[in-house]
Amino acid sequence: MDSMADIKQTFFQECDDLLGELESGLLDMESGEGDSETVAAIFRAVHSIKGGAGAFGLDKLVAFAHIFETTLDEVRADRLEATPDVLSVLLRSSDVLADLVGAAQKDEELGEERTAGLVGELSAFVGASADASEEPAAVGEDIAFAPLGMDFDLDDAIGDLDGPEDTQCYTIKFRPQPELYANGNETVLLMRNLADLGEMQVACDESKIPTLDELDPEGAYLAWTITMHTSHSESELLEVFEFVEGDCELEISLDEAPSDTTESDLVDNEATPTGEEVATTDVEGASASAEDEVANKDNVVQLAEQKDKQKPAAAAKASTEKDTSDATIRVNLGRIDRLVNLVGELVINQAMLTQGVIDAGLERGDSVESGLEELKQLTREIQESVMAIRAQPVKALFQRMSRIVREAARATKKSVHLVMEGEMTEVDKTVVERLADPLTHMIRNAVDHGLETAEERIANGKPAEGTVSLTAAHRSGRVVIEVSDDGAGINRERVKKIALEKGLISPDEQLSDSEVDNLLFMPGFSTVDKVSNLSGRGVGMDVVKRAIQAVGGKISISSKPGKGSTFSISLPLTLAILDGMVVEVADQTLVVPLTAIVETLKPTPSDIHELGAGAKVISIRGEFIPVIDAGRSMGYRNEPVDPLHGVVLSVETEDGARAAVIVDTIQDQRQVVIKSLEENFGHVASVAAATILGDGRIALILDVDSIIAREGSARLFHETNLAATG
Amino acid sequence: MPLSVLAVDDSRTMREMLRLALTDAGFDVSLADDGEHGLEVLQGVTPNVIITDINMPVMDGFGFIEGVRRSTEHRVTPILVLTTESATDLKMRAKNAGATGWIVKPFDKDKLIDAIKRVAA
Repeated sequence: MDSMADIKQTFFQECDDLLGELESGLLDMESGEGDSETVAAIFRAVHSIKGGAGAFGLDKLVAFAHIFETTLDEVRADRLEATPDVLSVLLRSSDVLADLVGAAQKDEELGEERTAGLVGELSAFVGASADASEEPAAVGEDIAFAPLGMDFDLDDAIGDLDGPEDTQCYTIKFRPQPELYANGNETVLLMRNLADLGEMQVACDESKIPTLDELDPEGAYLAWTITMHTSHSESELLEVFEFVEGDCELEISLDEAPSDTTESDLVDNEATPTGEEVATTDVEGASASAEDEVANKDNVVQLAEQKDKQKPAAAAKASTEKDTSDATIRVNLGRIDRLVNLVGELVINQAMLTQGVIDAGLERGDSVESGLEELKQLTREIQESVMAIRAQPVKALFQRMSRIVREAARATKKSVHLVMEGEMTEVDKTVVERLADPLTHMIRNAVDHGLETAEERIANGKPAEGTVSLTAAHRSGRVVIEVSDDGAGINRERVKKIALEKGLISPDEQLSDSEVDNLLFMPGFSTVDKVSNLSGRGVGMDVVKRAIQAVGGKISISSKPGKGSTFSISLPLTLAILDGMVVEVADQTLVVPLTAIVETLKPTPSDIHELGAGAKVISIRGEFIPVIDAGRSMGYRNEPVDPLHGVVLSVETEDGARAAVIVDTIQDQRQVVIKSLEENFGHVASVAAATILGDGRIALILDVDSIIAREGSARLFHETNLAATG
Repeated sequence: MPLSVLAVDDSRTMREMLRLALTDAGFDVSLADDGEHGLEVLQGVTPNVIITDINMPVMDGFGFIEGVRRSTEHRVTPILVLTTESATDLKMRAKNAGATGWIVKPFDKDKLIDAIKRVAA
């Protein structure tokens, strides 16, 4: 049974895929992009779910999938037009279907009230023929485990109870048509199956065999007359011929004579046509058409042969490649994680080895050196391949959001259109999973708080239907996911007022627009006075921010009054390894993430400009950028180092803030394995994580964003603020 | 020589179930995702029996059966249609395309095996 449990697991995985296809197909139809193939794919998805569910006896799922499928069949057959109303019901049905699958997976029951209403709506589309009273019967028929035509086990048992002595004598006249053979049926097998049902004598009629020159090799010339003593019924005998019905002349008659018929009677079948005729197959004109068909087939076969000759190599290749059915395998996540960890260790080990070789003082150009270089390349490739295993498109996550939008729109009575882009962008599986909650919250926020009511929108000259867009893209080594709405934008006056009331800011504080917007992320901030049943569940954007930070991401916000807001999440591609620049600051070794560094430079005296007491800016191509001394910022030294004696790392945060971080020297640029400090020690300001260097020492990885934030790039010019954060 | 069976179904679940049922019964099993894939696989294997779903993407069961019947190698290989469609007209369509017999999903393992043995030469 273990294997069955495995297959059930496969079924639920497949359901996830199918539900995704179903939803994206329905959404395509909703946006007018769907064609007949879309409808067919949607139908197949529900159909496959129903098929699998039936195999596992998930009756509730089967019952709902059945009525859903029936409705989709109406759409597929163009008997039902896919109007917005119909699509709305279909979309909600796909939600319920997903819930039913989820419930089945957890061995739970979904309340009737979830399905009852939709079953009614779906049935209404199908029309009067599918009223509630007929439905259960139809479902029952489809979920029956007994395959049609194979269902004779039970009858066998009853037959046996009757005892073998209670036999009857049948005469079966059987003349196959050419189609019977063309369809892969075989007379000898039919005879064998028939023989299983009782004792029989067979007489072959060879009279129709023509002379050799008239003989069609694909023709059917033989006929048989079978006399059999059996305890089985006529219908059971007929079942043997079930597959060949229509491809033969068949006559089964019950011999009225007692079952002790002599053998001579049996052979002389023409003398016993007394029984009632049970089944005669109408084969009028069948022979002629069969010949035509055979002739046609011959032509086609020749064509097919020619075609085959043209591409034997390609075909052979394809068959070996796809022979083992699936191009994917399922792997336990634990195994992949172990691999990821091992690769991490490998990266460290390779760095240590490199260090060891340097320390050993080998000559340049030594073969060990080139070997090491190759090892480094390979290690990187292995690491990238392993990361690719963990990478998953955000599509599934995005599709869940379309449902959130629908639910939020219904709850707030707003009309909302969701636009998705970049669904195929791949992100680490863990990141995808941990994004679900924050993204859900952000989407709800966008619908609930971001978008205005239809009346307000119309009054402002906007279309009544609001748009929420969800996009994903790779941007400079990170994945950026954005949630935007075309709503009213952040009401900054109101935000300030609330922040003041909650004591988050002081009355005389001068805040830029961006700083006001960022107040939303402060703990304890909630713009909604009354807790709405949707997004305001006592969870604020600060929780979203923390969830994003927990996966190494950053969140920022931009908003234009009257135009809408955009929340932008920037995520690392991997949580395990990063490319870093190893630098030295006040005798400490630090690692700066390469993604943050725009450029490195040695400043000249004319580049440096003093701004008040202690604050400096550097001019890079005419742009003035605040200078931050990493050593002082990290508390390694009290006196700021002269920028002219160090190296400037021009860095940029996700939200575009720039700074010139002064370090003493640059040592190296390499991959480092991220070892979380928070898990093992605790959160340290300005430090993102730690890593182990090639020589075994531990180095801290700088959190550039938090350093810039702490230095308060916008307020850098106020010495008071510098002192307060230092 | 064990009987060899090619099963064509677009549903991963169904393929896995068929694989389990058929290998348990001692058959050699090849699998394919859709009709077109099925025809490709048939260039490399010669099964005793073919089982196919009807409703599949790329190439459906009818197209697949017709393709098999057009081939020289497999033109008389028995083809069982495995489908949730129990409607008679679908069975007749499958038959006209060249199907040997049919089994209605969800299948009972023993009856599936019986059906295969019933048509396997």
